[in-house]
Amino acid sequence: MLLAAILFTLGLIGLIARRNLVFVLMSLEIMLNAAGVAFIAAGARWGQPDGQIMFLFILAMAAAEVSVGLALVLQLYHRFKTLDDEAPSEMRG
Amino acid sequence: MLELLWLIPAIPFASALVLSVFGPRFSRRGVAVMGAGSIAAAAVIAMLVAVGFLRSGSSTYTQVLWKWIRVDGFEPEIGLHLDALSLVMVLVVTFVGFFIHLYSTEFMAEDEDYSRFFAYMNLFVGSMITLLLADNLLLLYLGWEGVGLCSYLLIGFWYRDPENGLAARKAFIVTRVGDTAMSIALLLLFTRLGTLNIQELMQRASQNWPVGSSVATLAAFLLLGGAVGKSAQLPLQVWLPDAMAGPTPTSALIHAATMVTAGVYLIARTHVLFQLAPAAQLAVAVVGAATLLLAGCSALVQYDLKRALAYSTISQIGYMFLALGVGAWTAAIFHFLTHAFFKALLFLCAGVVIEALGGEHDIFRMGGLRHRLPLTFWAFFLAGCSMSGLPLITAGYFSKDLIIWGALAAEHGHAALWWAGAAGAVLTALYTFRLIFVVFFGDIRTPVIRTPGLAMTIPLAVLGIGAVLAGYLKNPLISYLTSALPPTDTRQRGFMTEDMSRAALAFAFAIGVYFAYLLYRRSPELAERVVATTGGRKVRAWWFSDWGFDWLYDRAFVRPFVWIANINRGDFIDGFYSGIARAADSLYRDLSLTETGRVRWYAAAILAGTVVFAALALWL
Repeated sequence: MLLAAILFTLGLIGLIARRNLVFVLMSLEIMLNAAGVAFIAAGARWGQPDGQIMFLFILAMAAAEVSVGLALVLQLYHRFKTLDDEAPSEMRG
Repeated sequence: MLELLWLIPAIPFASALVLSVFGPRFSRRGVAVMGAGSIAAAAVIAMLVAVGFLRSGSSTYTQVLWKWIRVDGFEPEIGLHLDALSLVMVLVVTFVGFFIHLYSTEFMAEDEDYSRFFAYMNLFVGSMITLLLADNLLLLYLGWEGVGLCSYLLIGFWYRDPENGLAARKAFIVTRVGDTAMSIALLLLFTRLGTLNIQELMQRASQNWPVGSSVATLAAFLLLGGAVGKSAQLPLQVWLPDAMAGPTPTSALIHAATMVTAGVYLIARTHVLFQLAPAAQLAVAVVGAATLLLAGCSALVQYDLKRALAYSTISQIGYMFLALGVGAWTAAIFHFLTHAFFKALLFLCAGVVIEALGGEHDIFRMGGLRHRLPLTFWAFFLAGCSMSGLPLITAGYFSKDLIIWGALAAEHGHAALWWAGAAGAVLTALYTFRLIFVVFFGDIRTPVIRTPGLAMTIPLAVLGIGAVLAGYLKNPLISYLTSALPPTDTRQRGFMTEDMSRAALAFAFAIGVYFAYLLYRRSPELAERVVATTGGRKVRAWWFSDWGFDWLYDRAFVRPFVWIANINRGDFIDGFYSGIARAADSLYRDLSLTETGRVRWYAAAILAGTVVFAALALWL
């Protein structure tokens, strides 16, 4: 449980602090994994299989998310020639 | 043939619809044929229906077309009711209306909005026929508002001049005051008697309400309010003189056939109610008597030809109200018939004169037109004689004689009403012959630049014949009308006999003509000397401004209203709602600042939000 919390916080800090989009994506993955660990741990603690099922779902979703995310990052790099996440901020209201 | 009844209002309506939609694509000739032809067709059908109706021998005929609305016991029908009263009115409206349309085909020939004019005119006649034939008060009210709308449209026909728009709005608003009273009367009658069908209503009213009951009196007074507005009687007469802003054939139509006689018809139609309310009936008589005198005095000092005629109409409708008020119902309708002929004729002649002089309205710039426009002169002269009651020959004499005798001898007659009627007769002769002498005699002051063509002279001739000969319809018409209206119950009051009343009327005519001759033909300086005195000048100004009614209404209603409107220019109730809108707008502006486009800030905001809500969930 503690491991999950530490991982999640690390991921969150990375998400907020890093400017490089690839690292932002990686931080997201870390947060997803932290959630997965939390599910597994909860499943083991109460002896239920649901936690492991949820982890499989999260894994599938993370795979989809990464493919979309990387495609977006690639497109942004083509457009702005940088991986800085401040670059596309002209899209504000 | 009676089944054709529905076509009488339907044809003018259909023609109005076609003209208003496709009118601009028609040639002028097509518009004229369509516009005047529809009224001619309505007149012919009215005649066929009349023949069928008289042959059938029954006193009423009802044709229900369809049910209009069905709401919990309230089931007004689109139904037409024909009896002696509506038959006579419809015949007059369609026939006189047709000649006015025929006249208009030439009178308006130069106007760019030819088809619009005829669309309005047909709608006007159609609405009036609906009003006359309606078998329930709701349908009558539809026709009633229809003529109100058309009068507004036609008075403001030349809308590019703001003055005309003002006159149109004034007519609309002033008559609306009366219409409001009438709609309240309708609601009152329906809630109390449970129907709006006129025949049933009258039957139930006489069964349920005793004579003089307060509900009947209230309902009758409210109906009188409506009639007073539409018929331009005291105190709502102020719109009619301004209504002269419209084209002259419109004035003829408003004054002779449609619109102003609607009030007379309404009172005659609901006569049972007025018989149940003697106070309201007395009020009708008093309003009529007062109006005919006041308007007669005002007519005496006008210098605009059409305004003088407008006041004469108010005065003549006053006679009809007087007759209704004293219980001489048939005499009122007979006067309506003769008035339709001579007043339409007077206006059509005025139109010819004004056109001939290139748009001159001031009678003191006219003069000597007798030789230049002989037919118009004779038509105007005959109509004038008829209106002022040239004894034994003209139609107006017969109808006015009946009214004046009725004012004394009918059910609610009174000597004071007789004197008012007789004094009105002197005034009528005086102002009518003033117009005749000033316009058609004397020196030529403005040259004639245009003479009327055939389409304008035929109506003058036909209506001229009618203005004289309609009087001979008196006996058959009166006896026929008694199948729909109560007979006039006359008895001698005081020393006056019917023959003496007749002689007095003839004498009044003679006095009026003599003074008109004296003041406006033989020695005009005499009239000028009277006017030149301080008192004379003041009275003249007072009468000229319609006894100061416009001034009074301006002070009492228009200015306070404008004042309130000015105060509320900012609309303080609306301020509350616009305040809400402004708050939402500023909130939006502030919040939109947070939308920076920086994804990491959003993530941080989501984190902060999650923390706050998690804390709230944990500790609260």
